Amino acid sequence: MHVPNGFIDAPVSVGAGLVAAAGVAVALRGARRELDDRTAPLAGLTAAFVFAAQMLNFPVASGTSGHLLGGALAAILVGPYTGVLCVSVVLLVQALLFADGGVSALGVNIVLMAIVTVLAGYGLFRGLLKVLPKNRAAVTGASFAAALVSVPASAAAFTLIYALGGTADVPIGGLATAMLGVHVLIGIGEALITAVTVSSVLRVRPDLVYGARELIGRPELRVQAPVPAQA
Amino acid sequence: MNRKRFFLGFLLVSLVLAGVVSFYASASPDGLEKVATDKGIAEKEKEHSLGDSPLGDYGVKGVDDARLSGGLSGVIGVGVVLLAGGGLFWIIRRPGAKDSGGASGTAS
Repeated sequence: MHVPNGFIDAPVSVGAGLVAAAGVAVALRGARRELDDRTAPLAGLTAAFVFAAQMLNFPVASGTSGHLLGGALAAILVGPYTGVLCVSVVLLVQALLFADGGVSALGVNIVLMAIVTVLAGYGLFRGLLKVLPKNRAAVTGASFAAALVSVPASAAAFTLIYALGGTADVPIGGLATAMLGVHVLIGIGEALITAVTVSSVLRVRPDLVYGARELIGRPELRVQAPVPAQA
Repeated sequence: MNRKRFFLGFLLVSLVLAGVVSFYASASPDGLEKVATDKGIAEKEKEHSLGDSPLGDYGVKGVDDARLSGGLSGVIGVGVVLLAGGGLFWIIRRPGAKDSGGASGTAS
């Protein structure tokens, strides 16, 4: 999903850069509330995991692959504001060191892969948790759905940006259909990776999963609670 | 699982994915590249301005073995992202807030 240089014209690239800068600024303010001595290292590790997972292209259809975007995953693990920052750091490193994603398209890529995925994915995740039972299976299921939707949401956002500032004259309806079609398939891979990762962390350290913090008591609380009753 | 061990395990998974498993990743174009090629968008692509960087396209310049070059670039990338992201998050965190060390932690 990394947009290279030349796909989007200069004015829309600059506009997307401004939106990305505003989004990152909001995320920097919001992330203060999500990060403490416990969760700051986890957030760094989550960014590193997203980078690693983005290298793993999986086949989705003949001659086409996809890879994790990671916005939904990062938001569920470390919080939505920190999640935007995690993916943004990954995109910055990829653009500057790995020639992956154009430098002039960095704003576009942050909007598509850091901001839209978190808004769509984490928004759906929170909505689902309101109606689902409060247990680990529900968190895993909501993670699956959030990740699944985040990828076509990102593809739809690309189509919209392309309609505004695309450099080639292509019919937007056909572009939208093609982008959404393939990215629904990629979304299934995103959903599987996200659900497996979230449920793995939930199994060993549920207290560290931001998205589950209201549902699952910290393990030390569960262990300590019966002690006064027995004394 | 104590927190330090969990963090080390999480890092190890990322290093193995980027350093070893990445060699087996699909080389097919991703969804956007495929659609861009099919629809004639890709003709407008411009060269990456940092395309000949030492780590360009997930390989280490000067290392000829594909498995080693790609794996090494992945490990370096994981390290750089961890340092950049971890450093940023450590700076902007609320210092000292509810630090509990796994099972021995305090119930605040």
